Amino acid sequence: MRVVVDLNRCQAYAQCCYAAPERFVLRGNEILVYDPAPPAADRAAIERAVQACPVRAIRVEHDAPAGAA
Amino acid sequence: MRDGTIVVAGASLAALRGAEALRARGFSGRLVLVGDEPHRPYDRPPLSKHVLTGEIAPEATTLPGVGALRAEWRLGAPVTGLDRAGRALLVGGGERLPFDRLLIATGARARPWPVPDEAALAGVHTVRSRDDAAALAAGLAARPERVLILGAGFIGCEVASSIRALGLPVTVADPAPSPLAGPLGPVIGGFVAGRMEAAGIDLRVGTEVAHLEGAAGRVRGARLTDGGTIAADLVVVALGAVRNTEWLAGSGLDADEGGLSCDGACRALDEAGRPDDAIFAAGDVARCPHPLFGGRPVALEHWGNAVAQAAHAARAMIDGPEAAGRYAEVPAFWSSQFGLTIKSLGLTEGADAVAVVQGHPRTGRFLAVYGREGHTVAAVSVDAGRWLPAYEAPIREGAPFPPIVGGADQPSVRPVPSGLPALQPA
Repeated sequence: MRVVVDLNRCQAYAQCCYAAPERFVLRGNEILVYDPAPPAADRAAIERAVQACPVRAIRVEHDAPAGAA
Repeated sequence: MRDGTIVVAGASLAALRGAEALRARGFSGRLVLVGDEPHRPYDRPPLSKHVLTGEIAPEATTLPGVGALRAEWRLGAPVTGLDRAGRALLVGGGERLPFDRLLIATGARARPWPVPDEAALAGVHTVRSRDDAAALAAGLAARPERVLILGAGFIGCEVASSIRALGLPVTVADPAPSPLAGPLGPVIGGFVAGRMEAAGIDLRVGTEVAHLEGAAGRVRGARLTDGGTIAADLVVVALGAVRNTEWLAGSGLDADEGGLSCDGACRALDEAGRPDDAIFAAGDVARCPHPLFGGRPVALEHWGNAVAQAAHAARAMIDGPEAAGRYAEVPAFWSSQFGLTIKSLGLTEGADAVAVVQGHPRTGRFLAVYGREGHTVAAVSVDAGRWLPAYEAPIREGAPFPPIVGGADQPSVRPVPSGLPALQPA
């Protein structure tokens, strides 16, 4: 899985940190630290984070299933 | 144009987002991306931050979008030349890629230390690519006795913050009177200097390094122009970037180390200033006129610019330059360092005044606005990102400076000189 956050857009609402606390952490007042390559097992939590972001800053791409082109 | 062949020179953020935008706009032809690095497009902002602290692996930075993009990849293949008359891109190894449209997104590279023998010493690093960051992280893992960072711009300061977080002794040297003096001036630079020193950085402003010194092929330190020395067994050269345009030599396009000149539709300009209808540029390499800059050409090294300008170029390539209109995205960037988030909107270049209009440096949260000839041109927030979007409209409109004077948390707005250099006449 590949994740990127548009940190121009991010306003540190920290909703991703509640949705997927293993993968998104807020440091200091506004510094979002995130895992850009979470394991496939975290798919549901990452999707919750994408949906929870109030400024729509998170983009994710899942790996194609094994055997797919 | 919906079919035919589009070649993208470059395989980083602007190239990927441009290619995605071409497909999203209905381009169904052959699409080829050519990159000099062996890696698929990856995200660079983490390289100076969490990759150096070891929190993110260098190879984890591959960008979303690479999996779904319908394109051919030529990776590890530097572009070597452009046959404009023959409409073909020349690629290392001798391949000739004909195109109907070309998107140039070859980006920039770290400006090397200017003395080649010294730059080649073991222990001297730059930070631009994933491989650079991996090499620097490996050097840091050997626990150097002192790290010297040359340059206190955004990359120099971010790298200093990351390396200090590892507990290593760090010296930062820059000829300017404060960190971030070039992009932001001494008001915010002075605030950041305080945070750097509080974090234990040995900050040497007003300090110019003349030579790097080595022994047995390894760097040992630096000799200063005033005769002093700084001992360091690892050096990071953070002196800005040079645009990757050498391969365009002889093409007739107007390109130099400051970028490839374009018009507002991102069409590349020839040496006579005429646009080439088949060749476009986006991202760090593109030097486009900007309405917020009085129509002067400006090449922006910003993540957000790479994304927005690539989308603009893609629209012009598919729907035509008139449909795309003039590129006018308000420049925006962020930086995180020493626990602070610094975010910017607009262009501080040539600003003659700056005023803190919300918050106060004393509280650690504030927003400063920059003015030029009485107009608002930029705003920079420090740990106050939620205040920033309100300034986009005043910047776009060139509102009177300062745009507000009675903020509830900053009732005494006092503009001071920006400390930034004046613009050269257009």
